[in-house]
Amino acid sequence: MQRTDKIFRLVCLLCALPAALLLPGMLLQLLSNSAEAWHTFGLSFLWSSEWDPAAGKYGAWPGIAGTLLTTATALVPAVPLAFSAALLLTEVPSWLAKPLSHAVDLLAAIPSVIYGMWGLFVLAPLMQEHVQPLLARLPGSTLLLGEDNSGFGFLTAGLILALMILPYMCAIMRDVISMTPPMLREAAYGVGCTCLETTRDIVLRHGLRGIIGGIFIGLGRALGETMAVLFVVGNIMEPPAGLCSCGTTIAATLANNFAEADGLQRSALFALGLVLVVMSVGIQAGAQYYLRLTGAKRGETI
Amino acid sequence: MNNPVKISTRGLNFYYGDNRALIDNNLDIRANCITAVIGPSGCGKSTHLRVYNQIYRLYRGQRAEGTVLLDGKNILEPGVDLPDLRRRVGMIFQKPTPFPMSIYDNIAYPLRLHYKLSRSEEEGRVEDALRRACIWDEVKDKLQRGGPALSGGQQQRLCIARAIAAEPEVLLMDEPTSAIDPVATNKIEELLPELRRRFTIVIVTHNMQQASRISDYTAFFYKGRIVETDTTAKIFTNPSDKKTEEYITGRFG
Amino acid sequence: MTRRPPYFRKACNALLGLLSLISIVLAIGCMAWVLCTVCARGFSVLSADFLTSPCKPYGEEGAGIGNALVGTLLITGGAALLAVPPAMAAGIYMAEYGNGSRWAAFLRSAANIMMGLPSILIGLFVYVIIVVPAGHFSGLAGTVALAVIMFPIIMRTTEDMLNMVPPALRESALALGMTRMRATLCILTRAAKNGLATGVLLALARVSGETAPLLFTAMFAYSSPSGYFREPTANLPVLINEYTMNSPFESMHEIGWGAALVISIIILTVNIITRILFREQSR
Repeated sequence: MQRTDKIFRLVCLLCALPAALLLPGMLLQLLSNSAEAWHTFGLSFLWSSEWDPAAGKYGAWPGIAGTLLTTATALVPAVPLAFSAALLLTEVPSWLAKPLSHAVDLLAAIPSVIYGMWGLFVLAPLMQEHVQPLLARLPGSTLLLGEDNSGFGFLTAGLILALMILPYMCAIMRDVISMTPPMLREAAYGVGCTCLETTRDIVLRHGLRGIIGGIFIGLGRALGETMAVLFVVGNIMEPPAGLCSCGTTIAATLANNFAEADGLQRSALFALGLVLVVMSVGIQAGAQYYLRLTGAKRGETI
Repeated sequence: MNNPVKISTRGLNFYYGDNRALIDNNLDIRANCITAVIGPSGCGKSTHLRVYNQIYRLYRGQRAEGTVLLDGKNILEPGVDLPDLRRRVGMIFQKPTPFPMSIYDNIAYPLRLHYKLSRSEEEGRVEDALRRACIWDEVKDKLQRGGPALSGGQQQRLCIARAIAAEPEVLLMDEPTSAIDPVATNKIEELLPELRRRFTIVIVTHNMQQASRISDYTAFFYKGRIVETDTTAKIFTNPSDKKTEEYITGRFG
Repeated sequence: MTRRPPYFRKACNALLGLLSLISIVLAIGCMAWVLCTVCARGFSVLSADFLTSPCKPYGEEGAGIGNALVGTLLITGGAALLAVPPAMAAGIYMAEYGNGSRWAAFLRSAANIMMGLPSILIGLFVYVIIVVPAGHFSGLAGTVALAVIMFPIIMRTTEDMLNMVPPALRESALALGMTRMRATLCILTRAAKNGLATGVLLALARVSGETAPLLFTAMFAYSSPSGYFREPTANLPVLINEYTMNSPFESMHEIGWGAALVISIIILTVNIITRILFREQSR
């Protein structure tokens, strides 16, 4: 009897090993495959914006800047929308909240390629015909927006991403908000808070860890999302000239070029992959660190 | 003791959906007195208390009918300014409910909601409230620490300080000592006579010794009705209703 | 003390209500817009022929999505076979043997990080460890990529679900003299079976729509998926990519919309059925 238990435990442990091995394995593989690129370009690979397969010159900056820009463009509308939608889901009566809640869960399941496709055929033409001409009329807009009017570009990609990560973030925030102890909410109303004040000063602070966690899950998705961006970002290897200009992201660059690349270009693509891993892991770790740093102020006992 | 009536309840009925939880409650709460509300579990004590600051309005399906006059004004009317009502009628809950912010901000936060104060005025008020809740000496060196890091008894006194900082007229206490240890309970009971000078206190309690020790008036609830209400001395020595007598002598409940 | 007039506070409060309402209408509205577009443009091409005949390059008549549909089922089904048993065992290890140890905490955060990694990088990884040594793209490589994505998700769900089983149940099973293995396999997993089934099926539904990890593993083909182990294998997500993103022709776009509708229906159906069948009984 003791023996079967020991064997069972060992089998389970063996099965858990991939969790520990996959991540270092991936890092190692990215490192070794990108060695050539790092060797050739050094760290200047990170800020060089030249991408010229003919001349054998590669730089990561268009991808890095594009990734950051699309992610930021996605988060700006998605975070407040997700939060206020989540708030509404926890406040309205249950006959309304339940179906809406289920709808949000289902929408989070729709594959990103479909969002990308919708962006290509519906949103991009709309942006080109109606939104971008309108934006172009704003004073000084060429500086901020770039002069492209194709309907493609960072703004379109960001909006698609926002739409895609919205249900994720909304679902997580809804769960966090509904976990606020009812007595704490009552206490807040009990000292004369309005709904806004209760939400902003009590619910938000109490669930800050979860809310930020939700935002970062959305951020992580936006950062590494390939398909939704690939369809609408324009795919030219140039750093962003403005919000409406075409460009690329790291994930889109990989998807576009990897199959045909070899030699130095392939190595450069692996280096881009490594940058993406570092960005996504770094941001998650940064968030954890920040939360721990500010935990004491919010009265967490850890 | 013939203080003026602060809260006058007439014909109060309360419903959870279709379920009638309070039946024709009539009760007068006298100013600057401590009124204890006693009765077995589920008899409507807390429900009755929660009408006074209208906190039940957070939940759909809960409604109250009748009149509850606070200083002669019916608070059950639709147009009542709820934040202001809750400033005038503070509440302390069964479990301590420190806000997720520093000790100082826990007290200053409700102050800032309702009043315009300079920095020094605010600091003075926070200190004053903490002193009156007898917790100043324990927290004065760690005002910037988180409120939830205090012990249970300290947290509850912090909540009392928070409730009295905004200068309410009435303090509602819903079994304030049921979740904390006997020593901390003692400390809170010792506060009450002092608090009574400035506030009208209504306290729900399971503990009959507590009721007899601290209160001036007692109301006995049973199955949603107010069976008897009188001075505490009368209720505990010579109750006029048989049910009351059975309850206070521990035969049920 | 000077009272603060309440008008400003109340106005802000009303504004919040309005904003919430606008945002949920906007969010759900946009989503409905996406779905309606897919439905409207997909339904016009949907037919029995469309579902069964294989996809063809531009210009050939009677193209469908038959081979891609079968390919997607093969690749995802294979991923489930490959990932679910070890992932559940790993979850059991975490919940039953890993409580509180540093090693378990390390495994847990490694799994969390894996869950947050961009899926295209998993495709890259599997490309290096399988496609390059084997010398060819294959459906199997796609299966492995999806399995790598599923693994941490199912591992964490299993752990969470087992942790939600009341400890008294575990203790009473052990008190009856059961071995740890029997207690876990016969009692605990049974008590948590609804949560486990939900977790597995939702993970499956999620990976079945993943496109990026298949780009460099399963790739795409016009042939039937009989070459699952040796050749590029057709599948719905990459078909959508090929027929819309990489094609300028209207007739191919239509097939793309049809494929998008089919994959959405599959995923939403699995989601809805799972949620109905395995709903928590306590509610």
